[in-house]
Amino acid sequence: MKLYDGGKIFIGLIIFVAFAAFPFYFNVGKVNAKPEPKTDTPAIQEWEKQNGKKQCVESKEFMRTEHMQLLNNWRDSVVRDGNRGYMSDAHTKRFNMSLQNECMRCHSNKKKFCDECHNYMAVKPYCFDCHIAPKEEEKS
Amino acid sequence: MSMDRRKFLKLAGISSILGIGATAVAKPQNPLFTGLTKGVDTNKEALTAEHWAMVVDMTKFKTEEEIQKVVTACHKNHNVPDFGNIKDEIKWIWKEPYGRAFPSQENPYMSEHVKEMPFLVLCNHCEKPACVRVCPTQATFKRKQDGIVMMDMHRCIGCRFCMAACPYGARSFNYRDPRQAPNLKAELPNREYPTRTKGVVEKCTFCTERLAVGKMPACVEAAPKGGLIFGDLADKNSEVRKIVEARYTIRRKPEVGTGPSVYYLIGGNEHA
Repeated sequence: MKLYDGGKIFIGLIIFVAFAAFPFYFNVGKVNAKPEPKTDTPAIQEWEKQNGKKQCVESKEFMRTEHMQLLNNWRDSVVRDGNRGYMSDAHTKRFNMSLQNECMRCHSNKKKFCDECHNYMAVKPYCFDCHIAPKEEEKS
Repeated sequence: MSMDRRKFLKLAGISSILGIGATAVAKPQNPLFTGLTKGVDTNKEALTAEHWAMVVDMTKFKTEEEIQKVVTACHKNHNVPDFGNIKDEIKWIWKEPYGRAFPSQENPYMSEHVKEMPFLVLCNHCEKPACVRVCPTQATFKRKQDGIVMMDMHRCIGCRFCMAACPYGARSFNYRDPRQAPNLKAELPNREYPTRTKGVVEKCTFCTERLAVGKMPACVEAAPKGGLIFGDLADKNSEVRKIVEARYTIRRKPEVGTGPSVYYLIGGNEHA
C-alpha cells in the first residue's frame, strides 16, 4: 500500500487537531474558580448577631437545591392565589413571599450571591428583567 | 399473531386508561414542599372583599391637575414607563374625554364641566372579563376571592389577544423595554414594585400589592376626598354599595355585557 501525498495529509491532520483541541490547551491550568456565594451582607450579619446563627427561610441544603422551586411556588401563591405570607419549618416568623422585597432585603448582594453560581453554571434566570435588584456599590 | 378489530380496540382502551392513571401516580413530589401549603399564612391587615369595585365621582374633581395627580400617583407607584409617544404608551389609569369614555351617550347640551373635563378611566375589573376569556395561557385571570382581574406577567406571552378583546382599551403592550423609558432609566420611582419586561401586556390591578398590606389603591389615596371610592360591592354596608344603590351611576359600555366594576357619578349635584 502506498500513501499518496502523505506529507500534506499529515500536515493537514496536525493543523486540524491543533485547531480542534484549541479550547483544551488554551484552558490548561486555568481551573475555573469555584463559585463562592457570600452571605455577609449587613442584614444577614444583623440577623446572625440576634439569633446566633445564619438561617435562611429554609435550611441551607434545601435552599441550595430547591430555591428555584420554592420561588416558583411563592410566585404562584402570591400572583394566582393572593397568599403572601410564608411560614417555614426553620422559623416561627412569617415571611413575605417576595423576591424583590424579602429575599433581596437580606441578600442585598445579588452579584456575589445570585450571579456567582448562576454564571458558573451558565444559567440565566430572568427574574431581574422585571424584579428590581438591590442597589450595589460598584467595587472594582 | 392475529387480532380482530374488537380485541384491538379493547386492548387500546384499557391501556390508555392505565396510562392516564399512571401519570397521576408518578407525579413527582418533593416531601419538603408539603410544608408550603400548611405554611401559607394570610396577612391580618390585608383588605379583603368579595367584589372589589370603584365609584368615580367626577363632581369631586374640580381641576384637571387633580385628575393628573391621580394618574401620576398610580404610574409612579407601579413604575409605568413613559416614552413620550402615543404608540408606546402604557396606561393603567388615564384621562379620556366624556365622548370617548361613554360613546353614544353624548349630547350637545351637556354641562361645561362634563364636556370639558377629562374622565378618569381604568381597567373595569369586569364581572365577565373578555380579556380573560381570550387569554391562551391564563396569564390574565379573574381572582376567585375578590373579583380582581389580575395579570400574571410570568405567564404572558405577549399575544395581545386581550388587548383586542378589551372594549375599554385598558391594556397596554410593552413594545419596548420599559426600563429604557426616559422616566425610569435613571431612577425607578418605586423600588418595591417590579417593572415589566418587553413583550408583556399590562394594566391596572386595583393595587393588589397594596390591598395585601392594608392600604387603599394608590389612585384612591391621591384623589380629592370622595373622588374615588373603593370598596366591596357585595357588602351591603360598604360605601360603594350605598352609592350605587342610592344614586344614578353609569358604567362604561354596559351594552357589551362585560359588567364593569367601575361606576361613574357624573351628575352636577347631589340630586342629579
